[in-house]
Amino acid sequence: MSKTINLHHQSWSRRKAIKTIAGASAAVTASATIPDVMGYAQSQSSAPIRIGFQVHRTGIGAAYGRWYDRTSQAAVKRINDSGGINGRPVELVAEDDGTDPKRGAEVLEKFATQKNCDVAFGTLFSHVVIGSAPRAGELKLPYFVVSEGHHVASGILNRYTLQPGITDVKSQVEAMAPFIAENLGKKVAMVFPDFAFGHDHRDYFSAAFEKNGGKINALIAIPPTETSFTKYFPKIPQDTEILYHVMVGPAVLTFVKELGEFFGSRRPEMFGFIDSLEAVDIASPGLEFLDGTYMWEGNPRYVQSNQSSHDKLYRQAVGVDSNGASISDSKDVSTYAHMFGCWETLNIIKAGMEDSGYRGPEDRAKLIEAVEAMSAMPLSDDHPQGSKIFNGKTHQTFGHQYITRVSEGKLVLAHTTSIEDTFYPDEVDYTTQSF
Amino acid sequence: MDFAPHLFLATLEGAITAAVISLTAVGLSLVFGIMRVVNVAHGEFFMLGAVVAWWVASTLGGHAALGFLAALIIAPLFVGLMAALADRLVLERLNYDLERTIVATIGLLYVIQQVALMTFGPDARPVEAPFDLRIAIPWFEFSDTGVNLIWPWGLATTGYKLAVIAAAAIIVTSIIVFLKRSRFGLMMRATQMDSEMASAFGIPVRRVYCVVFGLGAALAALGAVLIVPIQQAHYLMGGDPLLLSFIVVIIGGLGSLPGTILAAVLIGMSDGIISVFFSPTLAKILATLLVALVLIFRPHGLFGHHTS
Amino acid sequence: MTKSLHISVLTSLVLLFFVVSDYHDGNLARIMVLAIYAVGYNLLFGYTGLLSLGHALFFAAGMYGLALPIQHLGVSPIEAFAMGLASAATVSLVIGFLALRTTGAAFMIVTLMFAQAGFLALLYFGQWTRGDEGFVIQQADRIIAGIDFSQSTERYFAAFVLFAVAYLLIAWLISTPFGKCLIAIRENEERAQMLGYDVHRHKLLAMLVSGTLSGASGAAYAFLFGYAGATFASVQYSILPLLWVLLGGAGTTIGPLIGTAFAFYLIDISSHFTTAHLLVVGLAIVLLTLFAPQGLAGEIRNRLISWLP
Repeated sequence: MSKTINLHHQSWSRRKAIKTIAGASAAVTASATIPDVMGYAQSQSSAPIRIGFQVHRTGIGAAYGRWYDRTSQAAVKRINDSGGINGRPVELVAEDDGTDPKRGAEVLEKFATQKNCDVAFGTLFSHVVIGSAPRAGELKLPYFVVSEGHHVASGILNRYTLQPGITDVKSQVEAMAPFIAENLGKKVAMVFPDFAFGHDHRDYFSAAFEKNGGKINALIAIPPTETSFTKYFPKIPQDTEILYHVMVGPAVLTFVKELGEFFGSRRPEMFGFIDSLEAVDIASPGLEFLDGTYMWEGNPRYVQSNQSSHDKLYRQAVGVDSNGASISDSKDVSTYAHMFGCWETLNIIKAGMEDSGYRGPEDRAKLIEAVEAMSAMPLSDDHPQGSKIFNGKTHQTFGHQYITRVSEGKLVLAHTTSIEDTFYPDEVDYTTQSF
Repeated sequence: MDFAPHLFLATLEGAITAAVISLTAVGLSLVFGIMRVVNVAHGEFFMLGAVVAWWVASTLGGHAALGFLAALIIAPLFVGLMAALADRLVLERLNYDLERTIVATIGLLYVIQQVALMTFGPDARPVEAPFDLRIAIPWFEFSDTGVNLIWPWGLATTGYKLAVIAAAAIIVTSIIVFLKRSRFGLMMRATQMDSEMASAFGIPVRRVYCVVFGLGAALAALGAVLIVPIQQAHYLMGGDPLLLSFIVVIIGGLGSLPGTILAAVLIGMSDGIISVFFSPTLAKILATLLVALVLIFRPHGLFGHHTS
Repeated sequence: MTKSLHISVLTSLVLLFFVVSDYHDGNLARIMVLAIYAVGYNLLFGYTGLLSLGHALFFAAGMYGLALPIQHLGVSPIEAFAMGLASAATVSLVIGFLALRTTGAAFMIVTLMFAQAGFLALLYFGQWTRGDEGFVIQQADRIIAGIDFSQSTERYFAAFVLFAVAYLLIAWLISTPFGKCLIAIRENEERAQMLGYDVHRHKLLAMLVSGTLSGASGAAYAFLFGYAGATFASVQYSILPLLWVLLGGAGTTIGPLIGTAFAFYLIDISSHFTTAHLLVVGLAIVLLTLFAPQGLAGEIRNRLISWLP
C-alpha cells in the first residue's frame, strides 16, 4: 500500500495539489481492494487474523464506543507484542454501527462477506446485538458480544453468538439482592428506564429481593425519551428504606442531580448501578449528596487498596489513571465498569483459536467448540477484572461483582460477591444446536 | 408525597419545561412563520449553544457565574452567525423551497452533529449553575389546631430553576416588544404577511431572511445556555427540543407568536401535570395523543388563521 | 417506452444478483426491501403531495403485525405476513381518517404524534414486544414450504418479488384515473375538488396503499432479516423514507429505489474511508439539494431521458 502512494508522489511531484489528491485516492483504492486480494493470494500462515469490530462510534452509544475502541486497540497491541495468535498478527477491522440494529446487521454482513473477517466482536447495546445475531448465525460467523445483556443466556440467539468476557444483567442484579437486604434495608423503591434493560432490572431484582425477605415498595419506570425527572420522584413512597436506581443515556447526570435536589438532606439509603454514572465524573457539581451511597460496578473505576498487578497492567495499557479517567485528559472519564469485557473477550478469542488450532474460516465451528469447552478463567493479565467461570452451554460467563461506596468523591470497594452468588439455572443449551 | 404537594411540584416542573420550550419555539416560530421553511437543524443549533456554553465556561474557569454570563453572550452570537452563514450558503440558493430546505437541513443536522462529536466528544458534560440553591417549599396542613406550616418530604426546587422561568419570560417579552416596536420588527412582520409586497416596498427581504434565520438559531442557543446547568451538553441533545418546538409552533398556530408561547405553556404544563395521574410512559403517550387531537379538531392551531 | 423501462429496471435487478459479490447481494436485498417502504412513501408524498412524518408507524405495524403472531401465537409465516399487511392497512386507515382532517404542517405534526405514541406504546408493552431490545424471529420460523428465507439466494429473490410487485403496482396506479386524480390533488387541491373529485376519499385511499406498502416493507424486513425492534418505530425511521424519496426524486417511479440505494451506499462507502462518515453524508445531501433539486431521478429526467415516469 505504501509503495503505491510513493510511486504516485514521485510522478506528480511538481504539481503539489494534484499530487495530494492522487496519493489520497490511490491509498483509498488500495486499502479498499487489497484486503480482499490478500485473503486469497497470501498463504494463511502469515496473513493476519482479522477481527471485525462493531463500534458504537455515533448514536447514543458513542461514549461507550470510544472506550471500547481504546480498550480493544490496547488488547490487540498486547496480543501482537507477545507474538499474535498462532504466530499470526491480529488486525482489528473496526466499523461504526451507529448504535442501530439495522446498521449493526449490515456491518456484520460486511465483515463476513467483504472484509474476510475471521470473527466479529465488540457490541455493547442489546438491540444491536439482537438485531445482528441472526445474521451472524446465517453467515456462520462467530460473534463475540460484550453487552452484559441477558439475551445470550436467555436462549433467543444462536450457536454462533457468545458472551464470554462480561457477565449478564440477570446475574449482576440477582447477586446484589442479598447484600442490599442484609445491609441497607428491606423496603426498596426502584427507578429504572422503561425499556428492556430496565425491565430486566425490575423483574430479576424484584424476584431475588423478595426471596431474600425484602419488599418492593414502588416501581417507577421512566420513559426513555425523558430529560427531566423531578416530576416522577414524588411517586417514591416516604417510608422507602432504600432507593434502587439505574438509568442510561445522555440524561443520566440530570437524573442523579435531580434526585439530590429532591431529597435534600433527607435521603433514604441509595443503591445504584454505575450505568447511571458511567463516563461521568463522580466529583461533578451537584453529586455531593451521593456520598455514602452504594454502587454496583462491573470493575471498580478507582484504584482500590487491594489492587491486583493485573489491574495495574490493564489500566496502564488502556491509558486510564487511578481515578478511572484518561491519562491524557482527567475530564475524560472511562466506562471502566464495562470495557474490561473487550480486553478479556479478545484474550478468550486468542485462547480459543490456539486451543482449536484455528487456521481460517473453515475452522470457525472448531473455534466455537473450543470456547464452549472453556470453564474456569482465573484472575490474570488476560482476565484483570477477576476470575470467571464460563458456561459453555449457555455461552455466558459468570464472575465476581463489585459493590463500592461513594466516599469523598471516590468509589471505595465495600463488598465483592462470590461467583456462586451470580449463578442461576441454565435456560438454554446451545451445544445441542447444529453448526 | 400527598396529592396536593405532588401536583404543585409537577406543575412547577412543567413550568420549567414550558420556559425552555418557549425560547426554542419562539426561534423556530420566527423562522417558520416568516420564511415558511422547516429548519430540521434547529435542534442542532440548540445543541451548539450548549456545547459552546460548556466550552466557554470550562475555558474561562473562575467563578461559575462568570463563565455562565460569558456563555450567555458568546454562545447565541456564535450560533446566530453560523446560522446566518448557513442561510447565505445554502438556504438562499435553494430559494427557500420547502421540500429542498427540509433535505438540506437534514444534511446540516448530520454535519453539525458529526463536528460536535469530533470536537466535543460523545460524553454529556455539565456546566455549573451560576448559583446553587435548593429551596424547600413549605405547605399548609389543616388540623384541629388550625393551619400549620409544614415542609413536605421532597417538595423542593432550585433557585436556578426559578431563575430560568423568569429569564425566559423576560426574553420572550422583549422579543415581542422588539417585533412590535422596532423598525426591523416592522420589516419582519411585513415580510411575513407578503414577501413580494414587502420587496416591492423596498424591504431587503433576503437580508431579513438572513437575520431571521440567525436570530432564530440564536434564540435556540440562548435557551440551551439557560438549560445546560440543569441538563448537560451532549451532541445528541437537539432532537427533543426540535420536536417539542416544532409541535408548539404548529399547535400555537403558524406565525402567531402569542399562540406559540401559549402552546409552550400548555404543552410544558400538561407534560408535568399528566405525569401525576398516570404511570410515566402512559402519561407520555397520552400527552402525545393530546397534541394530535388538538390539531385534528383545530387544524390551524389555537391562534392560526385559515389563510395559512 | 415506460414499459420497457420497468422491464429493464427489474431485469437488471435479477441480473445483478449473478454479477455482484455476495456482499452486494446482501445489500441489494436490504435495499429492495426498504425501497418498498420508499415506494409506499412516494405515493403519498411524491404523487399526492402529503408530507407525513409518521410513516414509521406503518412500517412498524407491518413488522410487529408479522412478528408478534409468529413469536407468541406460533402462526405460520404466510398467515403472519397477511396479518402484517392487515395490521398496517388498519392502522393507516384509522390514522388517515383522523389525520386527513388536517393539511400541510398540521398533517406533519399529527402523523408525527401518532407515530411517537406508537413508538412509546411498543416500549410500554415491553412484556410482549421486548421494547427497544426487540426480539429474534428464529430461523425455523422463516421457512415456507421447505424454502429457507434466511439463505441469501432465497432472500434476494423474495425481496425482488416483493419489490417488483410494489413497483409495478405504483407504476400502474399512477397511470389510472385514480393516480391522475392524486397528481391533480398534489398540483391544486381546490381545483381537483371543483372538478368534482372526492378529494378526501382519494387521499384516504392513497394513505391506505402507502401505509400498507410501508407495512409490507416492515413485515418483509422482519421476516427476511429475522429481527423486530422498536428502533424501527422511532422518528428517525419516519424521516428516512422522506430523505430517500427526495434524494431519489419525488414523484418518479424509480426515484425511491435510486434514493434508497444511494443513501445506503453513501453511508457504507464513506464509513469505509473515514470515521467521520456522517460529515460526508451530510455534505453530500446538502450538495445534492443544491445541484440536483429534483433528486437523482429528476435530474436524469431533466438532462437525459425526458419521458422518465
